[in-house]
Amino acid sequence: MSTLIDNIQGKRVDNHRPWPRLTVDAQAWRQAGSELAEGRATLLGLWGDAGASCSVHMAIMDEASKIALLSLECPDETFPSIGALHPPAIRLERAIRSLYGLEPAGAPDTRPWLDLGFWDVRHPLGARITPPAVPSPYAFLPVEGENLHQIPVGPVHAGIIEPGHFRFTASGETVVRLEELLGYVHKGIKSLMAGATIEQAARLAARASGDSTVAYGIAYARAVEAALNVEPPPRAQYLRALMAELERLANHFGDIGAICNDASFSLMHAHCGILRELTLRAAFNCFRHRLMMDRVIPGGVSTDLAYSGVTVLTELLQECRLRFPRLIGLYDNTASLQDRTVGTGIVSSELARRFGASGYVGRASGRNYDVRKSPGYAPYDQLDFTVPVLTEGDVNARVWVRIREVEQSLALIEQLIDDLRPGPIAVAIEAGSGEGFALVESFRGDVLVSLRLDGGRVARCHLRDPSWFQWPLLEAAIENNIVADFPLCNKSFNCSYAGHDL
Amino acid sequence: MRRTIFEGLMRRPLTEAPPVPDDAMLAELAGSVDRSARRLLGRSLSIREVDAGSCNGCELEIHALNNAFYDLERFGLRFVASPRHADVLLVTGPVTKNMREALERTYRATPDPKWVVAVGDCGFDGGIFAGSYAVTGGVSQVVPVDLHIHGCPPSPTELLKGLIALLERASAKV
Repeated sequence: MSTLIDNIQGKRVDNHRPWPRLTVDAQAWRQAGSELAEGRATLLGLWGDAGASCSVHMAIMDEASKIALLSLECPDETFPSIGALHPPAIRLERAIRSLYGLEPAGAPDTRPWLDLGFWDVRHPLGARITPPAVPSPYAFLPVEGENLHQIPVGPVHAGIIEPGHFRFTASGETVVRLEELLGYVHKGIKSLMAGATIEQAARLAARASGDSTVAYGIAYARAVEAALNVEPPPRAQYLRALMAELERLANHFGDIGAICNDASFSLMHAHCGILRELTLRAAFNCFRHRLMMDRVIPGGVSTDLAYSGVTVLTELLQECRLRFPRLIGLYDNTASLQDRTVGTGIVSSELARRFGASGYVGRASGRNYDVRKSPGYAPYDQLDFTVPVLTEGDVNARVWVRIREVEQSLALIEQLIDDLRPGPIAVAIEAGSGEGFALVESFRGDVLVSLRLDGGRVARCHLRDPSWFQWPLLEAAIENNIVADFPLCNKSFNCSYAGHDL
Repeated sequence: MRRTIFEGLMRRPLTEAPPVPDDAMLAELAGSVDRSARRLLGRSLSIREVDAGSCNGCELEIHALNNAFYDLERFGLRFVASPRHADVLLVTGPVTKNMREALERTYRATPDPKWVVAVGDCGFDGGIFAGSYAVTGGVSQVVPVDLHIHGCPPSPTELLKGLIALLERASAKV
């Protein structure tokens, strides 16, 4: 059956795997924009490229879970704005404008994004790098009305968290508008990756967002493997999944505790902190690094499971299954805690769908989307697990999705160690050329990597964090909630600043 | 809930014995902690954490210092919400250009005497991010640093070693 993606008019590019890349004209580009606006496809990513000629790329997924990458050349440094038709693209286009100097024609918002006016250059990734403009103060959106006041927060926040600026407009205690200003941790990772060796770029990808280092490692490795058409050995795929599920466990334990802590229920925080620490220690004992950084490499994994690994993981599973159900009971039976989380920070299903929100943010608002299932990747096609989906869309639903995912991850780890067979853990990566694309499910949602290899070096690499489509929903979720519930809402999203700012 | 609290009270604590600081860390600190400060602060330091561009890996391990296994507060060290309350700035990341001004202002807002501890390999000299148009290349490029804790990210034990070294220097009798 032909689907939306099959009907897009464009020229298919050779050597792009596993999904097609089509060079399209402006009309097909606009057509894709209206399909997005009408909800027949989901925007996965939108970014610029300043290779041989300037172009923009857009990754979309249709209702049949088919994926395509559309590329539009922009010789006159302008392209038709997708954001004008489909608001989730607005920030992505603002970033393209700031980083590449490509103009989205007809864009509804032309303020800079990521560029806060502190760099020595303008359009650092563009074909023409120019000296910086005279910095002008960032124009926050105007708010009108009686008795409104503004609360500026950040970039340095009160806790041990990443930097970003939040501008609240409140009427009394009620938030009327939240506007985010991000980019403080922008490190220029894409410019460092361009021209780097495959190994150097792997280390950079592993440091895009430290909490998702395994997921980024897998996504980058899969993109390289797709570009060069190599397949990692089965044992490596199992070990990657093992690491990915350990990472998911550790982060979900941390998040569940931290959300409760932001509702001033520190008992859950203390106990979840113990489970998180036990998970990280098990990860260290299995793979010699607590966060398992640099353990996934293109071609396989760098570190085999330690000799005692299966025992370590079996003990971890026992410990979690002993302690976690009691914590779930504690969460569920504490009325004062439920009073804070139920009905707070609601994201409507419609909004989650439109923004293509992935991870627990999407799944708590009725979006049945997990890239481990669809489009799916090895070894999850051989494993038995379910994807929990709720529809309430509040803080409580985001907690429950995490709780259910912890249970699924524990079951997955058990299957993985049961089915783990001996064998090689990596294949050699030969220098070659090609284009690769990968989608991998991190604990937070789908991580997208798109890259082009040229003679064993990375010509360009684009990493897209799931937070890009979650941050805007946080602005919507907090509306009409009280200021004091913001930390709670924010923690229930736990968006990445580093992954977003890159 | 009562059962969970009761068991928590009766069970042996999970907290581990404190690590011994490295000689290298003590040597780096030797010159930076003076006598008057020691008298002033005794054995207690307040820490303000500043993320100046980290990948958030360091933040995860700094967070872990508060869990039951490492229990930072038993050493008299605690994290505070404002630089105005802090004695120590614990800075992570290569210091992005977008965060330089915020870090400088945080440093100026911290009352004297104060110390700066740079955490992580990228906090030392920019590490893997050095050379980018968007980073300055390490915490010491922006504010004076008293101690570097290496690692990517440093484990909670390494962080604890560094902070205990700082504490011992800050409170040692002369």
